Amino acid sequence: MTFINLMAREINCKIVYYGPGLCGKTTNLELIYNRTKPDAKGKMVSLATETDRTLFFDFLPIELGEIRGFKTRFHLYTVPGQVFYDASRKLILKGVDGCVFVADSQIARADANEESLENLKENLAEYGMNLDEIPYVIQYNKRDLPAIMEVDELRSLLNPDGVPDFEAVASEGRGVFETLKAVARLVFMELKKSGSAGLGGPSGGSGGGAGPARGLGGSGRAPAGGGGGTPSRSPAQRPPEQRPPEQRPPEQRPPEQRPPEQRPPEQRPPQQRPPGGGPPGQRPGQRPGGGGPPGGPSRPPLRRGPGGGSGPKGPPPPPPRQR
Amino acid sequence: MVNPQMVIYEEEFNQIQAAVTNLVKAANARVVFVVDKNGQLIAAAGEVDDLDTTSLASLTAGNIAATGGMAKLLRENEFATQFHEGKDAHIHIQLVGNRVILVVIFDSKSSLGLVRLRVRKSTEELNTIFESLDRKPEKTTNSGSPFAEITDEDIDNLFND
Repeated sequence: MTFINLMAREINCKIVYYGPGLCGKTTNLELIYNRTKPDAKGKMVSLATETDRTLFFDFLPIELGEIRGFKTRFHLYTVPGQVFYDASRKLILKGVDGCVFVADSQIARADANEESLENLKENLAEYGMNLDEIPYVIQYNKRDLPAIMEVDELRSLLNPDGVPDFEAVASEGRGVFETLKAVARLVFMELKKSGSAGLGGPSGGSGGGAGPARGLGGSGRAPAGGGGGTPSRSPAQRPPEQRPPEQRPPEQRPPEQRPPEQRPPEQRPPQQRPPGGGPPGQRPGQRPGGGGPPGGPSRPPLRRGPGGGSGPKGPPPPPPRQR
Repeated sequence: MVNPQMVIYEEEFNQIQAAVTNLVKAANARVVFVVDKNGQLIAAAGEVDDLDTTSLASLTAGNIAATGGMAKLLRENEFATQFHEGKDAHIHIQLVGNRVILVVIFDSKSSLGLVRLRVRKSTEELNTIFESLDRKPEKTTNSGSPFAEITDEDIDNLFND
Protein backbone atom coordinates (compact mmCIF):
# COMPACT_ATOMS: atom_id res chain seq x y z
CA MET A 1 0.00 0.00 0.00
CA THR A 2 1.59 3.23 -1.12
CA PHE A 3 1.60 5.66 1.76
CA ILE A 4 1.20 9.28 0.72
CA ASN A 5 1.64 12.02 3.27
CA LEU A 6 0.30 15.19 1.69
CA MET A 7 1.34 17.28 4.64
CA ALA A 8 4.96 16.15 4.63
CA ARG A 9 4.83 15.72 0.83
CA GLU A 10 6.20 12.21 0.90
CA ILE A 11 5.45 9.00 -0.96
CA ASN A 12 6.46 5.78 0.74
CA CYS A 13 6.44 2.53 -1.18
CA LYS A 14 7.19 -1.02 -0.15
CA ILE A 15 9.24 -3.28 -2.39
CA VAL A 16 9.69 -6.94 -1.49
CA TYR A 17 12.53 -9.11 -2.79
CA TYR A 18 11.27 -12.67 -3.00
CA GLY A 19 12.99 -15.86 -4.04
CA PRO A 20 14.30 -19.23 -2.94
CA GLY A 21 16.79 -19.66 -0.13
CA LEU A 22 20.30 -18.43 -0.87
CA CYS A 23 19.31 -16.83 -4.17
CA GLY A 24 20.86 -13.49 -3.18
CA LYS A 25 17.99 -11.34 -1.90
CA THR A 26 19.94 -10.08 1.09
CA THR A 27 22.98 -9.60 -1.13
CA ASN A 28 20.90 -7.32 -3.37
CA LEU A 29 20.00 -5.14 -0.40
CA GLU A 30 23.52 -5.12 0.95
CA LEU A 31 24.81 -4.01 -2.42
CA ILE A 32 22.22 -1.24 -2.64
CA TYR A 33 23.09 -0.17 0.88
CA ASN A 34 26.81 -0.11 0.17
CA ARG A 35 26.47 1.87 -3.03
CA THR A 36 23.90 4.43 -1.99
CA LYS A 37 24.88 7.84 -0.69
CA PRO A 38 24.69 8.08 3.08
CA ASP A 39 22.12 10.87 2.99
CA ALA A 40 19.81 8.83 0.75
CA LYS A 41 19.59 5.74 2.90
CA GLY A 42 18.67 4.70 6.38
CA LYS A 43 20.07 1.88 8.43
CA MET A 44 19.84 -1.58 7.04
CA VAL A 45 18.12 -3.87 9.48
CA SER A 46 18.64 -7.62 9.19
CA LEU A 47 16.71 -10.03 11.31
CA ALA A 48 18.94 -12.99 10.67
CA THR A 49 20.11 -16.10 12.45
CA GLU A 50 23.58 -16.36 13.94
CA THR A 51 24.62 -17.98 10.70
CA ASP A 52 23.44 -15.00 8.64
CA ARG A 53 20.38 -16.69 7.23
CA THR A 54 17.43 -14.33 7.05
CA LEU A 55 15.08 -15.20 9.86
CA PHE A 56 12.29 -12.69 9.38
CA PHE A 57 13.30 -9.94 6.98
CA ASP A 58 15.94 -7.46 5.92
CA PHE A 59 14.86 -3.86 5.70
CA LEU A 60 16.49 -0.96 3.92
CA PRO A 61 14.88 2.47 3.51
CA ILE A 62 16.21 4.53 0.61
CA GLU A 63 15.27 7.88 -0.82
CA LEU A 64 15.24 8.32 -4.57
CA GLY A 65 14.71 12.07 -4.74
CA GLU A 66 11.71 14.22 -5.51
CA ILE A 67 9.02 13.80 -8.06
CA ARG A 68 6.48 16.57 -8.55
CA GLY A 69 7.57 18.09 -5.27
CA PHE A 70 7.12 14.85 -3.34
CA LYS A 71 9.96 13.01 -1.63
CA THR A 72 9.99 9.41 -2.81
CA ARG A 73 11.01 6.83 -0.26
CA PHE A 74 11.27 3.14 -0.93
CA HIS A 75 11.29 0.59 1.82
CA LEU A 76 13.07 -2.49 0.56
CA TYR A 77 12.34 -5.79 2.25
CA THR A 78 13.59 -9.30 1.71
CA VAL A 79 11.79 -12.40 2.84
CA PRO A 80 13.38 -15.47 4.39
CA GLY A 81 13.86 -17.83 1.47
CA GLN A 82 13.94 -21.09 3.34
CA VAL A 83 10.85 -23.17 2.76
CA PHE A 84 9.81 -23.52 6.37
CA TYR A 85 9.59 -19.77 6.95
CA ASP A 86 6.47 -19.45 4.85
CA ALA A 87 4.41 -17.85 7.61
CA SER A 88 6.96 -15.05 7.90
CA ARG A 89 7.15 -14.61 4.13
CA LYS A 90 3.43 -14.14 3.94
CA LEU A 91 3.48 -11.45 6.61
CA ILE A 92 6.10 -9.43 4.80
CA LEU A 93 4.09 -9.37 1.59
CA LYS A 94 1.32 -7.47 3.31
CA GLY A 95 0.97 -4.04 1.76
CA VAL A 96 3.55 -4.68 -0.96
CA ASP A 97 3.70 -2.10 -3.76
CA GLY A 98 6.21 -3.83 -5.98
CA CYS A 99 7.89 -7.20 -6.10
CA VAL A 100 11.27 -8.45 -7.30
CA PHE A 101 11.62 -12.17 -7.80
CA VAL A 102 15.28 -13.10 -7.48
CA ALA A 103 15.90 -16.39 -9.24
CA ASP A 104 18.98 -18.50 -8.72
CA SER A 105 20.36 -19.27 -12.18
CA GLN A 106 22.00 -22.51 -11.12
CA ILE A 107 20.61 -25.63 -12.73
CA ALA A 108 20.43 -27.32 -9.35
CA ARG A 109 18.07 -24.60 -8.11
CA ALA A 110 15.55 -24.81 -10.94
CA ASP A 111 12.96 -26.57 -8.82
CA ALA A 112 13.55 -24.20 -5.91
CA ASN A 113 12.91 -21.23 -8.19
CA GLU A 114 9.64 -22.61 -9.46
CA GLU A 115 8.52 -23.61 -6.01
CA SER A 116 9.30 -20.17 -4.65
CA LEU A 117 7.50 -18.41 -7.50
CA GLU A 118 4.46 -20.57 -6.96
CA ASN A 119 4.67 -19.77 -3.26
CA LEU A 120 4.80 -16.06 -4.07
CA LYS A 121 1.64 -16.35 -6.15
CA GLU A 122 -0.13 -18.28 -3.41
CA ASN A 123 0.87 -15.82 -0.71
CA LEU A 124 -0.13 -12.82 -2.80
CA ALA A 125 -3.47 -14.46 -3.50
CA GLU A 126 -4.12 -14.55 0.24
CA TYR A 127 -4.00 -10.75 0.18
CA GLY A 128 -6.22 -10.64 -2.90
CA MET A 129 -3.34 -9.72 -5.19
CA ASN A 130 -1.70 -11.40 -8.12
CA LEU A 131 1.49 -10.84 -10.06
CA ASP A 132 -0.36 -9.60 -13.14
CA GLU A 133 -1.64 -6.61 -11.24
CA ILE A 134 1.30 -5.42 -9.20
CA PRO A 135 4.62 -3.95 -10.33
CA TYR A 136 6.79 -7.01 -10.75
CA VAL A 137 10.22 -7.74 -12.21
CA ILE A 138 12.49 -10.77 -12.26
CA GLN A 139 16.21 -10.96 -11.66
CA TYR A 140 18.26 -13.95 -12.81
CA ASN A 141 21.04 -13.87 -10.28
CA LYS A 142 24.40 -15.64 -10.10
CA ARG A 143 25.10 -15.38 -13.81
CA ASP A 144 28.79 -15.78 -13.07
CA LEU A 145 28.52 -19.32 -11.79
CA PRO A 146 29.43 -22.24 -14.05
CA ALA A 147 26.47 -24.61 -13.86
CA ILE A 148 23.67 -22.25 -14.75
CA MET A 149 20.65 -22.38 -17.02
CA GLU A 150 20.40 -20.39 -20.21
CA VAL A 151 18.40 -17.21 -19.85
CA ASP A 152 15.77 -18.39 -22.34
CA GLU A 153 15.30 -21.50 -20.29
CA LEU A 154 14.86 -19.45 -17.14
CA ARG A 155 12.42 -17.23 -18.94
CA SER A 156 10.31 -20.08 -20.14
CA LEU A 157 10.16 -21.44 -16.63
CA LEU A 158 9.74 -18.27 -14.63
CA ASN A 159 8.69 -15.49 -16.93
CA PRO A 160 6.07 -16.67 -19.43
CA ASP A 161 4.39 -13.27 -19.31
CA GLY A 162 7.50 -11.39 -20.32
CA VAL A 163 7.75 -9.01 -17.37
CA PRO A 164 10.97 -6.97 -17.22
CA ASP A 165 13.84 -9.27 -16.38
CA PHE A 166 17.51 -8.77 -15.69
CA GLU A 167 20.65 -10.81 -15.48
CA ALA A 168 22.61 -10.15 -12.33
CA VAL A 169 25.62 -10.97 -10.26
CA ALA A 170 24.40 -9.37 -7.07
CA SER A 171 27.62 -9.97 -5.19
CA GLU A 172 29.42 -7.76 -7.69
CA GLY A 173 26.62 -5.29 -8.22
CA ARG A 174 25.80 -6.29 -11.75
CA GLY A 175 22.11 -5.91 -12.51
CA VAL A 176 21.17 -4.90 -8.97
CA PHE A 177 20.33 -1.26 -9.59
CA GLU A 178 18.79 -2.01 -12.98
CA THR A 179 16.38 -4.33 -11.20
CA LEU A 180 15.58 -1.78 -8.51
CA LYS A 181 15.08 1.00 -11.00
CA ALA A 182 12.77 -1.13 -13.12
CA VAL A 183 10.51 -2.03 -10.23
CA ALA A 184 10.55 1.55 -8.93
CA ARG A 185 9.54 2.76 -12.38
CA LEU A 186 6.66 0.31 -12.49
CA VAL A 187 5.53 1.47 -9.06
CA PHE A 188 5.45 5.07 -10.29
CA MET A 189 3.59 4.03 -13.41
CA GLU A 190 1.06 2.28 -11.22
CA LEU A 191 0.79 5.42 -9.11
CA LYS A 192 0.21 7.43 -12.23
CA LYS A 193 -2.35 4.98 -13.53
CA SER A 194 -4.31 5.00 -10.32
CA GLY A 195 -4.12 8.79 -10.36
CA SER A 196 -3.92 8.66 -6.61
CA ALA A 197 -7.65 8.32 -6.32
CA GLY A 198 -9.10 10.58 -3.72
CA LEU A 199 -6.23 12.99 -3.64
CA GLY A 200 -7.81 16.32 -3.16
CA GLY A 201 -5.40 17.69 -0.65
CA PRO A 202 -3.08 20.65 -0.83
CA SER A 203 -2.10 21.27 -4.39
CA GLY A 204 0.28 24.12 -3.96
CA GLY A 205 3.82 23.55 -4.98
CA SER A 206 3.26 20.33 -6.80
CA GLY A 207 3.93 21.63 -10.26
CA GLY A 208 7.62 22.00 -9.94
CA GLY A 209 8.56 18.94 -11.90
CA ALA A 210 11.10 16.47 -10.72
CA GLY A 211 13.52 17.57 -8.11
CA PRO A 212 17.16 16.65 -7.82
CA ALA A 213 17.93 13.02 -7.51
CA ARG A 214 19.49 11.93 -4.29
CA GLY A 215 21.63 9.49 -6.17
CA LEU A 216 21.04 5.79 -6.23
CA GLY A 217 24.37 4.17 -6.74
CA GLY A 218 25.89 7.56 -6.86
CA SER A 219 28.51 7.26 -4.22
CA GLY A 220 31.30 7.50 -6.70
CA ARG A 221 31.15 3.84 -7.57
CA ALA A 222 28.96 3.21 -10.53
CA PRO A 223 26.92 0.04 -10.37
CA ALA A 224 28.61 -2.74 -12.26
CA GLY A 225 25.55 -3.24 -14.35
CA GLY A 226 25.82 0.21 -15.82
CA GLY A 227 23.46 2.39 -13.86
CA GLY A 228 23.22 5.54 -15.91
CA GLY A 229 20.88 6.09 -18.74
CA THR A 230 17.63 4.47 -19.55
CA PRO A 231 17.60 2.32 -22.65
CA SER A 232 15.50 3.61 -25.48
CA ARG A 233 13.29 0.61 -25.31
CA SER A 234 12.70 -0.01 -21.70
CA PRO A 235 10.55 -2.92 -20.71
CA ALA A 236 9.74 -1.12 -17.53
CA GLN A 237 8.08 1.63 -19.52
CA ARG A 238 5.44 -0.72 -20.70
CA PRO A 239 2.25 0.17 -18.92
CA PRO A 240 1.18 -2.64 -16.63
CA GLU A 241 -2.15 -2.94 -18.38
CA GLN A 242 -0.39 -4.13 -21.51
CA ARG A 243 0.94 -7.18 -19.82
CA PRO A 244 -0.40 -10.34 -21.35
CA PRO A 245 -2.56 -12.37 -19.07
CA GLU A 246 -1.19 -15.29 -17.16
CA GLN A 247 -0.74 -18.05 -19.69
CA ARG A 248 0.21 -20.92 -17.50
CA PRO A 249 -2.70 -22.16 -15.47
CA PRO A 250 -1.67 -23.09 -11.98
CA GLU A 251 -3.12 -26.54 -12.31
CA GLN A 252 -0.43 -27.43 -14.82
CA ARG A 253 2.06 -27.48 -12.04
CA PRO A 254 2.33 -30.74 -10.20
CA PRO A 255 1.35 -30.34 -6.61
CA GLU A 256 4.07 -30.51 -4.04
CA GLN A 257 4.01 -34.09 -2.89
CA ARG A 258 6.88 -34.05 -0.53
CA PRO A 259 5.95 -32.95 2.97
CA PRO A 260 8.14 -30.21 4.34
CA GLU A 261 9.80 -32.40 6.90
CA GLN A 262 11.12 -34.64 4.14
CA ARG A 263 12.83 -31.85 2.33
CA PRO A 264 16.54 -32.23 2.21
CA PRO A 265 18.26 -29.70 4.37
CA GLU A 266 20.17 -26.91 2.75
CA GLN A 267 23.21 -28.42 1.17
CA ARG A 268 25.58 -25.80 2.35
CA PRO A 269 26.46 -24.87 5.89
CA PRO A 270 25.07 -21.37 6.34
CA GLN A 271 28.25 -20.01 7.81
CA GLN A 272 29.95 -20.62 4.50
CA ARG A 273 27.59 -18.32 2.73
CA PRO A 274 29.50 -16.50 0.00
CA PRO A 275 28.63 -12.94 -0.91
CA GLY A 276 26.54 -13.94 -3.87
CA GLY A 277 24.76 -16.64 -2.02
CA GLY A 278 26.13 -19.36 -4.26
CA PRO A 279 27.65 -22.58 -3.12
CA PRO A 280 31.32 -22.43 -2.27
CA GLY A 281 33.63 -23.66 -4.88
CA GLN A 282 31.42 -22.59 -7.72
CA ARG A 283 32.32 -18.96 -7.71
CA PRO A 284 35.03 -18.78 -10.41
CA GLY A 285 32.64 -17.48 -12.99
CA GLN A 286 33.86 -18.17 -16.47
CA ARG A 287 30.54 -17.89 -18.16
CA PRO A 288 29.73 -14.70 -19.94
CA GLY A 289 26.48 -13.21 -18.86
CA GLY A 290 25.23 -13.00 -22.38
CA GLY A 291 22.88 -15.89 -21.90
CA GLY A 292 20.85 -17.25 -24.71
CA PRO A 293 19.58 -15.78 -27.92
CA PRO A 294 17.43 -12.71 -27.77
CA GLY A 295 13.82 -13.23 -27.06
CA GLY A 296 10.92 -12.87 -29.44
CA PRO A 297 9.54 -9.55 -30.49
CA SER A 298 7.16 -9.37 -27.59
CA ARG A 299 9.84 -10.23 -25.10
CA PRO A 300 11.38 -7.28 -23.30
CA PRO A 301 15.09 -6.94 -23.86
CA LEU A 302 17.29 -8.23 -21.13
CA ARG A 303 19.55 -5.60 -19.68
CA ARG A 304 23.14 -6.54 -19.39
CA GLY A 305 26.06 -4.84 -17.88
CA PRO A 306 28.91 -3.58 -19.97
CA GLY A 307 30.69 -6.44 -21.58
CA GLY A 308 27.81 -8.76 -20.93
CA GLY A 309 29.64 -10.83 -18.38
CA SER A 310 31.51 -10.64 -15.18
CA GLY A 311 34.53 -12.52 -16.38
CA PRO A 312 36.71 -14.63 -14.19
CA LYS A 313 36.98 -13.08 -10.83
CA GLY A 314 37.77 -14.10 -7.36
CA PRO A 315 35.12 -13.74 -4.73
CA PRO A 316 34.87 -10.20 -3.47
CA PRO A 317 34.85 -9.64 0.26
CA PRO A 318 31.40 -9.99 1.72
CA PRO A 319 29.69 -6.73 2.51
CA PRO A 320 29.22 -6.17 6.20
CA ARG A 321 25.88 -7.23 7.53
CA GLN A 322 24.54 -4.61 9.87
CA ARG A 323 22.28 -5.69 12.57
CA MET B 1 -6.80 -6.28 -6.85
CA VAL B 2 -4.20 -3.58 -6.91
CA ASN B 3 -3.08 -2.46 -3.52
CA PRO B 4 -4.91 0.62 -2.31
CA GLN B 5 -3.10 3.69 -1.13
CA MET B 6 -3.18 5.30 2.25
CA VAL B 7 -3.30 9.05 1.97
CA ILE B 8 -2.85 11.32 4.94
CA TYR B 9 -4.26 14.82 4.48
CA GLU B 10 -3.08 17.92 6.21
CA GLU B 11 -6.10 18.13 8.50
CA GLU B 12 -5.79 14.57 9.76
CA PHE B 13 -2.02 14.73 9.90
CA ASN B 14 -2.23 17.70 12.24
CA GLN B 15 -4.78 15.90 14.37
CA ILE B 16 -2.64 12.77 14.59
CA GLN B 17 0.46 14.80 15.36
CA ALA B 18 -1.39 16.67 18.09
CA ALA B 19 -2.61 13.39 19.57
CA VAL B 20 0.87 11.87 19.78
CA THR B 21 2.36 15.10 21.10
CA ASN B 22 -0.29 15.20 23.82
CA LEU B 23 0.37 11.57 24.65
CA VAL B 24 4.08 12.24 25.18
CA LYS B 25 3.18 14.79 27.83
CA ALA B 26 0.26 12.92 29.37
CA ALA B 27 2.14 9.63 29.69
CA ASN B 28 5.46 11.26 30.54
CA ALA B 29 6.91 9.25 27.70
CA ARG B 30 10.17 9.63 25.84
CA VAL B 31 8.81 8.97 22.39
CA VAL B 32 5.42 8.24 20.89
CA PHE B 33 4.86 7.28 17.29
CA VAL B 34 2.13 6.01 15.03
CA VAL B 35 2.90 3.46 12.35
CA ASP B 36 0.66 1.82 9.80
CA LYS B 37 0.53 -1.96 9.80
CA ASN B 38 2.81 -2.06 6.78
CA GLY B 39 5.60 -0.32 8.66
CA GLN B 40 5.23 3.23 7.36
CA LEU B 41 5.80 5.89 9.97
CA ILE B 42 2.86 8.29 10.12
CA ALA B 43 3.71 10.62 12.99
CA ALA B 44 6.18 10.84 15.86
CA ALA B 45 6.72 13.09 18.86
CA GLY B 46 9.12 13.34 21.77
CA GLU B 47 12.86 12.69 21.77
CA VAL B 48 12.99 11.44 18.21
CA ASP B 49 16.19 13.13 17.13
CA ASP B 50 18.51 10.39 18.30
CA LEU B 51 16.17 7.59 17.37
CA ASP B 52 15.96 5.68 14.08
CA THR B 53 12.20 5.93 13.84
CA THR B 54 12.09 4.48 10.32
CA SER B 55 13.70 1.22 11.43
CA LEU B 56 11.64 1.19 14.62
CA ALA B 57 8.47 1.60 12.57
CA SER B 58 9.38 -1.28 10.30
CA LEU B 59 10.32 -3.56 13.19
CA THR B 60 7.18 -2.64 15.11
CA ALA B 61 5.05 -3.57 12.13
CA GLY B 62 6.97 -6.83 11.79
CA ASN B 63 6.42 -7.49 15.46
CA ILE B 64 2.70 -6.84 15.19
CA ALA B 65 2.48 -8.98 12.07
CA ALA B 66 4.26 -11.87 13.77
CA THR B 67 2.10 -11.55 16.87
CA GLY B 68 -0.99 -11.42 14.69
CA GLY B 69 0.16 -14.62 13.02
CA MET B 70 0.49 -16.27 16.42
CA ALA B 71 -2.96 -15.00 17.39
CA LYS B 72 -4.47 -16.61 14.32
CA LEU B 73 -2.86 -19.92 15.15
CA LEU B 74 -4.48 -19.68 18.57
CA ARG B 75 -7.79 -18.69 16.94
CA GLU B 76 -7.58 -15.28 18.52
CA ASN B 77 -8.51 -12.27 16.47
CA GLU B 78 -5.45 -10.32 17.52
CA PHE B 79 -3.22 -9.45 20.43
CA ALA B 80 -3.93 -5.76 20.61
CA THR B 81 -1.41 -4.86 23.29
CA GLN B 82 2.25 -5.70 23.76
CA PHE B 83 4.70 -4.56 26.39
CA HIS B 84 8.45 -5.04 26.30
CA GLU B 85 10.34 -4.26 29.47
CA GLY B 86 13.99 -3.31 29.29
CA LYS B 87 16.49 -2.20 31.86
CA ASP B 88 16.07 1.50 31.14
CA ALA B 89 13.58 1.75 28.31
CA HIS B 90 10.24 0.07 27.88
CA ILE B 91 7.98 -0.15 24.87
CA HIS B 92 4.21 -0.29 24.90
CA ILE B 93 2.62 -1.22 21.59
CA GLN B 94 -1.08 -0.87 20.97
CA LEU B 95 -3.09 -1.75 17.87
CA VAL B 96 -5.52 1.01 17.00
CA GLY B 97 -8.60 -0.11 15.15
CA ASN B 98 -6.62 -2.93 13.57
CA ARG B 99 -5.16 -0.50 11.06
CA VAL B 100 -2.39 1.50 12.76
CA ILE B 101 -0.04 0.92 15.67
CA LEU B 102 0.55 3.30 18.55
CA VAL B 103 3.99 2.92 20.10
CA VAL B 104 5.03 4.50 23.40
CA ILE B 105 8.63 4.38 24.57
CA PHE B 106 9.10 5.37 28.18
CA ASP B 107 11.53 5.03 31.07
CA SER B 108 11.50 5.20 34.85
CA LYS B 109 9.99 8.68 34.78
CA SER B 110 6.70 7.04 33.88
CA SER B 111 4.99 3.77 34.69
CA LEU B 112 3.21 1.04 32.80
CA GLY B 113 -0.05 1.87 34.55
CA LEU B 114 0.06 5.50 33.52
CA VAL B 115 1.03 4.61 29.95
CA ARG B 116 -1.78 2.09 29.62
CA LEU B 117 -4.29 4.59 30.97
CA ARG B 118 -3.22 7.37 28.60
CA VAL B 119 -2.87 5.04 25.64
CA ARG B 120 -6.45 3.93 26.07
CA LYS B 121 -7.69 7.49 25.72
CA SER B 122 -5.41 8.24 22.78
CA THR B 123 -6.49 5.05 21.05
CA GLU B 124 -10.07 6.27 20.97
CA GLU B 125 -8.98 9.63 19.67
CA LEU B 126 -6.83 8.11 16.93
CA ASN B 127 -9.58 5.70 15.99
CA THR B 128 -11.91 8.61 15.37
CA ILE B 129 -9.32 10.36 13.22
CA PHE B 130 -8.59 7.30 11.09
CA GLU B 131 -12.27 6.55 10.66
CA SER B 132 -12.66 10.08 9.36
CA LEU B 133 -9.72 9.47 7.05
CA ASP B 134 -11.31 6.30 5.73
CA ARG B 135 -14.40 8.23 4.73
CA LYS B 136 -12.41 11.01 3.13
CA PRO B 137 -11.95 9.59 -0.38
CA GLU B 138 -15.69 9.54 -0.83
CA LYS B 139 -15.93 13.27 -0.23
CA THR B 140 -13.04 14.35 -2.39
CA THR B 141 -12.39 14.36 -6.09
CA ASN B 142 -9.47 13.22 -8.14
CA SER B 143 -8.64 16.72 -9.20
CA GLY B 144 -5.35 18.09 -8.05
CA SER B 145 -3.56 14.76 -7.93
CA PRO B 146 0.14 15.40 -8.43
CA PHE B 147 0.70 11.85 -9.61
CA ALA B 148 -1.81 11.59 -12.41
CA GLU B 149 0.50 13.68 -14.55
CA ILE B 150 3.81 12.03 -13.78
CA THR B 151 5.81 11.83 -16.98
CA ASP B 152 8.49 9.38 -18.02
CA GLU B 153 10.87 12.30 -17.79
CA ASP B 154 9.97 12.83 -14.14
CA ILE B 155 10.72 9.20 -13.43
CA ASP B 156 13.94 9.23 -15.46
CA ASN B 157 15.11 12.27 -13.55
CA LEU B 158 14.90 10.29 -10.34
CA PHE B 159 17.46 7.87 -11.65
CA ASN B 160 19.98 10.32 -12.97
CA ASP B 161 22.95 9.63 -10.83
